[in-house]
Formats: sequence, C-alpha cells, structure tokens
Amino acid sequence: MSPADSDLVTLILGAGGILVLASVIGGVLGWLYSPDGRNVTIENLNDRIRSWWVMVLFLSIALLGGRIGVTLLFALCSFAALREFLTLTNAGRADHWSLVCAFFVVLPLQYYFIWIGWYDMFAVFIPVYVFLLLPIVSAFRGDTRNYLIRVAEVQWALMICVFCASHVPALLTLKLQNFDGRNVLLIAFLVVVVQLSDVLQYVWGKLLGKHKIAPKLSPSKTVEGFLGGSLSATAIGALLWWMTPFNPWQAALMAFIITLLGFCGGLVMSAIKRDRGVKDWGHAIAGHGGFIDRLDSVVFSAPIFFHLTRYFWSV
Amino acid sequence: MTHSQTPADDPPRRSWRDLPRRWAAFVASGAIRIFARLITAVQPEWRGVDPLGPQRIYFANHNSHGDFILIWSVLPHQMRNRTRPVAGVDYWGGRGLRAFIGRDVINAVLIEREREGRQGDPVETMAGALDDGASLILFPEGTRNLTDEVLLPFKSGLFHLASARPNIDLVPVWIENLNRVMPKGEFIPVPLMCKTVFGAPLRLQPGESKTDFLTRTREALLALRPKPAEAS
Repeated sequence: MSPADSDLVTLILGAGGILVLASVIGGVLGWLYSPDGRNVTIENLNDRIRSWWVMVLFLSIALLGGRIGVTLLFALCSFAALREFLTLTNAGRADHWSLVCAFFVVLPLQYYFIWIGWYDMFAVFIPVYVFLLLPIVSAFRGDTRNYLIRVAEVQWALMICVFCASHVPALLTLKLQNFDGRNVLLIAFLVVVVQLSDVLQYVWGKLLGKHKIAPKLSPSKTVEGFLGGSLSATAIGALLWWMTPFNPWQAALMAFIITLLGFCGGLVMSAIKRDRGVKDWGHAIAGHGGFIDRLDSVVFSAPIFFHLTRYFWSV
Repeated sequence: MTHSQTPADDPPRRSWRDLPRRWAAFVASGAIRIFARLITAVQPEWRGVDPLGPQRIYFANHNSHGDFILIWSVLPHQMRNRTRPVAGVDYWGGRGLRAFIGRDVINAVLIEREREGRQGDPVETMAGALDDGASLILFPEGTRNLTDEVLLPFKSGLFHLASARPNIDLVPVWIENLNRVMPKGEFIPVPLMCKTVFGAPLRLQPGESKTDFLTRTREALLALRPKPAEAS
C-alpha cells in the first residue's frame, strides 16, 4: 500500500467513525423524541445521515479508484447537477441543440481534457470557446424571445455545474513539490473541509443560532452557525495538514478560504432557488435535496483552491 | 356486452417457445425504465391517491411517446404489472420492433383510433381489459399534443369508458417537463428532471352530461400543473 493509500484509508476510517457516532446519536434522538417518525427535524437529520453513508461510500470508492474513479464520479455529478440547473431555466425548444451539445459534447470534452491533463485547454474551453460558440447554435433557430437570458442561463449552468465541478478531478493534474502520487489527498482535503464546514454550520446553527445572516436568501443560515462552523472547519483543516503539501498554518488558511467560498456558494445558489421559487434543486439525495444542494459549496471553492495550490506550490 | 377482439389484441400465448421473447421483453422493459430514469430522474408526487390501490384508469396529458413510460416507471411493480397503456394499433400494431415493444414489452391495449374502417369498438376493447383486472393508462386528448396549447380538448372516449365501467376510479396524472426533454420534431432527448403528479380520483356522477364530465376531468388534470415560479 502506497503512503497516499494508507493516508486515505486513515481518513476514510475517520469519516466512518464520525458516521457511526452520528448514526448512534440520530438513532437515540429518534428513539427519544420521534418514536412514531413525526418529528420533522429529527427525521430529516436521520435522512441526512443515511445519505451521508452513501455519499462517503461512493467518494471512498472513487478516491481509492484513483484518477479514473474521481474523474468518472465528478463527471456524473456534473451531469446530475446540470440536469437540475437547466430544469429550472427558461431554456426551451429553440435551445434544444444547445442543450444537447451542453450535455453530450461540452461535458464529456471538459472531463476528457481534465483526464489527459491538458491545462491550457480545460481552463479556457468553457469560459472562452463554449461561451462564444454555444449562443451561435441557439441563434440559428431564430427565436429571439428572452435570447440573452436563455444564453446567459445555459452558460452559467455550464460554468457552475461543469467547469467549476471539474476542478475537483483537475487537482490530480497538478505537479507539486514532494507530493508525487499523493494528489488524491488534495481532493480528500477539499471535500472533507467543505462538507464538514457545511455540517458544522448546520450543527452550530441548530445549537446556538440566533442572528440570521441573510434572512431573504437562506433563513437557516445564522451568524453563530457561520462563525462556529467555519472556525471549527478551519481548525480541522489545520489538523489535516499531514495529508497536504501545506504546513499547519498554510493548511488552516486554505481551509478558511475554502469554507468562506463554500458559504458564499451556498448563498448564491440559494438566491437562484429563491428567484425560481423552489426550496431544493432536486430530489435525488434524501434529506439534502438535489445534487446541487450538496455540491454548491464544493463548486465555488474548487477552482480557487485549484489555482491557489497551482500558483504557490506547483513545480 | 360482446367483447370483440381485433387480431392485434390476442392475449400473448404462454409456452416454452415464447421464453426467449418473454425474456427479451423483460430485459427491454427494465432497460427502457432505467434509460427513462437516467434522462429524467422522474419523481412521482402522490397528491391525491396512494401508490398502491385498487384498479384504476389513469388519464394523463400526452406530449411524447415516452409519457406512459414515465407513469409506468414510478408505479410500484405490483401495480405496474397490471397496468396497461391504451395505444393506437396504427402505431404500435403491425410487425417489427414497434410491435414487439407495444405488445410484449408494455403490453398495450391496442385500439383503432380512426373511425373509418374500424372493426371493433375501442371502448369495448378497453372495458374488456378492465374486466380482465388490468388498470389502464389513457390519453384523453386522443393523440400527442404537438401544439403550443397546454392541453387539448378531451375526446369522448374517457366519457364512454366511464359510462361503461362507472365503478372504477379515474385518476388524473400530470406529466411535467417531458415536452421539454423531447420537443416536437427532435429525436435526441435532453436530460431534464420530470415529474408525474397523481391527483385525487374522480368518477362519473349520475346524470352528468358528456360535456360536463369532460370539462370536469380536464380541469382536474390541469389543476395538477406545478405553479410557475413566483417572485418572493
């Protein structure tokens, strides 16, 4: 077993331990306060924990599977997220071929460029080429109603769901000092910090939350939840420095940036949901809503984390 | 009431010779449903009825050939095995792949839609399937809605069937978004999330006129449409 693998196994066992603990707590809470399954909060909590088991299982298999596992997993997540996003947009009959291209050409190509590690291409493919070419496909149909809105929506859906999400597997293409063959741990670090930050914000918010941060966007986000969640996730990030190319204070700073962006990502995606009049992006993950509800903070932090690491640590 | 059979409506023979065909139909049915779920992630919303229940006539809006597949995909399998879509023999009868799908995979109740040259009475064919214990999926618009209208006027078949078998629940089912997945004239589906909304059951009231009944059932179906996004 390579050092990267054994670090990964340590991390997965840690996550499994936390989930066992969470399941026990959820089970006891359910037994005490929701024996007939009527307490909405507790039932939602237990739904979430069950979904976490599945997500940790899939992510573990993907991470242990290495490059192909991670690339495939995030390509599938991009597909599911893009499907959720475009369902809520105005894209219609006149955009049919743009949408077909988005799903069956742009998405596979972006992940192919990541797979072969062609940085110069995957960094500009969607923001430059697709941004210019896809509106042409829609324009040919001659439907000008809401044209700018439709084009902007499809472009942004691709940026969020494909471009940003694909920067998670892109972390595997980085060449870092004294870090050969261990890149998969960067992904583990990013995902663990983002998701723990989300969970801890939820927990701190439920325990102490009083002052709402953005009541119009997201009534459940509180100042106490945000501070407690991001600071404790930053601390955990610092404690995970051993699996990264960073030293402890660098790991803490990275974790802090990741949690901050993740939080803002959640707010931005909430704003879109409010605008569209829905509560969740989809219904794929019990207790969590859709794929985007779970991925929103990852997609906002992944490109920045990628570029910061590339700029300061790549050889 | 006599139950006249068209040649296309012979019950499938059950012998070991049919095994490969039945096995192929079983595999094809699973594959079609998996494909439908991959593209649409279809989600049922049981607003007015429970998933499990008595024999029913589901009636739905009709935009695409995939409509009944979405309803079928979300039914519990005990219900699905007894639920047959009503389809035109002109499209699903005949020979080849379409006939295989129409008869063996989805076990459609095939009716003649054109009045001219019709050999059997479609209402009798449907009533016969109900008498055999099947639930039906019916598209009362009569044909696929390829217009910009939300829902075409209902043909009278639903009324005649409800008159013939007044003790069976009529359940409206609104299929949302499938027309965006595959708009008219397109052949590659785009993956978008779909929903099937099941409303409260209806029955023909004593003395209710055809027009009143068709208006009432149509409005019950329209009422299931998800509300457009509201600015908060």
